Amino acid sequence: MTSPVIRSATISVLVENEAGVLARVVGLFSGRGYNIDSLTVAPVDDNGHRSRINIVTSGTDMVIEQIKAQLDRLVPVYKVADLTLGGPHIAREMALIKVIATGEKRAEALRLADAFRARVVDATSESFVFEMTGNSDKLDAFAALMRPLGLAEVSRTGVAALARGATII
Amino acid sequence: MTQILAAPDPVETHQAGAEVLLRALKEQGVEVIFGYPGGAVLPIYDAIFQQNAIRHILVRHEQAAVHAAEGYARSTGRVGCVLVTSGPGATNAVTGLLDALMDSIPLVCLTGQVPTHLIGNDAFQEADTTGITRPATKHNYLVKRPEDLARIVHEAFYVARSGRPGPVVIDLPKDILIGKAPYVSAPTAEHRSYRPQTEPDRSAIARAVALLKSAKRPVIYSGGGVINAGPTAGAAMTALVRKMGYPITNTLMGLGAYPSNDPQFLGMLGMHGTYEANLVMHGCDVMLNIGARFDDRVTGRLNAFSPNSKKIHIDIDPSSINKNVRVDIAIVGDAGRAIAMLAEAWDADPTPVDRPAIAAWWKQIAEWRGIDCLKFDQTQASGGIIKPQYAIQRLYDITRETGRDTFITTEVGQHQMWAAQYFRFDKPNRWMTSGGLGTMGYGLPAAMGVQIAHPDALVIDIAGEASILMNIQEMSTLCQYRLPVKVFILNNQYMGMVRQWQELLHGGRYSESYTEALPDFVKLADAFGGTGLRATSVDQLDDVIREMIASPRAVIADICVDQKENCFPMIPSGAPHNEMILGTEHGANIADAGAAKLTDAGMALV
Repeated sequence: MTSPVIRSATISVLVENEAGVLARVVGLFSGRGYNIDSLTVAPVDDNGHRSRINIVTSGTDMVIEQIKAQLDRLVPVYKVADLTLGGPHIAREMALIKVIATGEKRAEALRLADAFRARVVDATSESFVFEMTGNSDKLDAFAALMRPLGLAEVSRTGVAALARGATII
Repeated sequence: MTQILAAPDPVETHQAGAEVLLRALKEQGVEVIFGYPGGAVLPIYDAIFQQNAIRHILVRHEQAAVHAAEGYARSTGRVGCVLVTSGPGATNAVTGLLDALMDSIPLVCLTGQVPTHLIGNDAFQEADTTGITRPATKHNYLVKRPEDLARIVHEAFYVARSGRPGPVVIDLPKDILIGKAPYVSAPTAEHRSYRPQTEPDRSAIARAVALLKSAKRPVIYSGGGVINAGPTAGAAMTALVRKMGYPITNTLMGLGAYPSNDPQFLGMLGMHGTYEANLVMHGCDVMLNIGARFDDRVTGRLNAFSPNSKKIHIDIDPSSINKNVRVDIAIVGDAGRAIAMLAEAWDADPTPVDRPAIAAWWKQIAEWRGIDCLKFDQTQASGGIIKPQYAIQRLYDITRETGRDTFITTEVGQHQMWAAQYFRFDKPNRWMTSGGLGTMGYGLPAAMGVQIAHPDALVIDIAGEASILMNIQEMSTLCQYRLPVKVFILNNQYMGMVRQWQELLHGGRYSESYTEALPDFVKLADAFGGTGLRATSVDQLDDVIREMIASPRAVIADICVDQKENCFPMIPSGAPHNEMILGTEHGANIADAGAAKLTDAGMALV
């Protein structure tokens, strides 16, 4: 038997950029009861024919193997890669984080943003919008720190990921 | 969006979209379309009117069109073709599409759509057909540009028949059908993204053969994949299994791939499979699954399924492997290719089979067979009530006497399981039943499609009186095209399988499973222009069957059978294979057996 432990997996799917392809992928996950923790999609070649979908999901080894096989049999799918199993990889996402605060809390928010290398992309006398890129844990940690300081709104892109080194999917 | 490329064809090759569509269908070898007209597809019907190459069969309901195309596809191995209008035409087809998806039947279904400029406006008879059918098809297309039309039709047929076959929908807006479109021939190049693996891995085949040769208690378990791989795959499997000398069982979908009167054949396995087939599956040490998918009707409780065996799984769909049951050797590829390679590797491997162990295994199997799990008591007294099992057995015997090529379809329920148990098949593509989806109302339209493909064959829909009413309107189609389909109704006035479960699991409270008012099926047949016959006692049965078979017309034979008969053997939901319930003929007290073996967890299962 394989491990019954639930693990996280970052899966990249190269698809034909056609109408309905995202609905096929998302419908597969909802129809078969799989989780989507994060999802990104955008065209990735010169003429816009192919898109890359990055999905962060979780499940037992058997479920993740099944997710990959189900994705791979969709007609407009070129390739499915499990970056988590495939070796070291980089996963990044970007967040815009709005903090509404005045006085000492405002100053503290700015200090922490500096420590986390978050950039200020909008400022008023009572608010900041920080832009921050990193792995999901780092964004989670920064948002948690901002909560008592006046965190008002978060917008995240979801994860983009590539294998390290010369490996391509 | 992709950029718009200039159409390469000169302008004079442009025809109306509907004509381009028919030309592409013709190039794909379509001879028959099952359909029903409506506003959005009028241009296609106009084009059909002006040609003779493709025959259109007018059904009475769109669901029946899809089932008819399934019957056509399953009995011929070709891609079935359906044409329905937008909105309700498309939504009525959905049940049939999902049925074809679950049973891996190749179909192309053309649906009408409102003109492109009205899409999304809630126009008359508009439905989001690609949205609705996405989880009910293998793939679907909405044609938005005339230059994509011919290419998409060719691609749809390729997708429907390649890899694991399935239904494909092409949604056709009316302006695309009316406007000019360029024609392109079917491409010779490989599809850009969909390239299913059909060639098995040679090293996996060699490992499988080594495991099979070392087996002491082997079994071969084959399914619909062998049927889909074509008649030569079935013949090759039969030859290989005979050479091995191992026992074989078939799934509901796989019946006919191996001759059922062969001594190595154990009968069907699963919930209503034979005692010997299920105990062999439970007790085996090596299992070779060819083209079956470890469906829950077959496995029973998963953690008790064949606990001590090494498993080899051959499937064309990688997502079937390790989905329900972990296997030791996975072979992805076409069943026909895999069987051929197994046979070759079997001959090449000099290791001898463990004959004494296999002989001991057959001895054990003979003991299980000795239980005679399909035994039933039929009185032959004049006026005696007909047992449903006996009705099927006589139907089988008498059709065999005629020597005619016989095709059987079924509806869903007890009669379906009795048909699978008592009608025996020697060839593939002769047995059409709704296995995965379990669609009541499947059998009559499917029989219609079979009869269209095989005009001279004997085509019988073994039905229940409840199921048959779900698509009874197709009697009208049968009479219009003079299709001599025989409808053999096992009439017990109950939704028998529902009643059986209520008896076993719900304290005999027969909630809504008795039909208080049934039509007079003899008069009903007459009203549609067919022939109606009835047998109410055992002494009338043979005469009715003979008269039915001899008739050149569509016939409904209303066989009034024992109302209380249950379908056994049975593995209750949630139970393992070695806890089968046998019938009352074996002295079993059904209520006790049910109470002892059915758990709460099992009761929650279907």
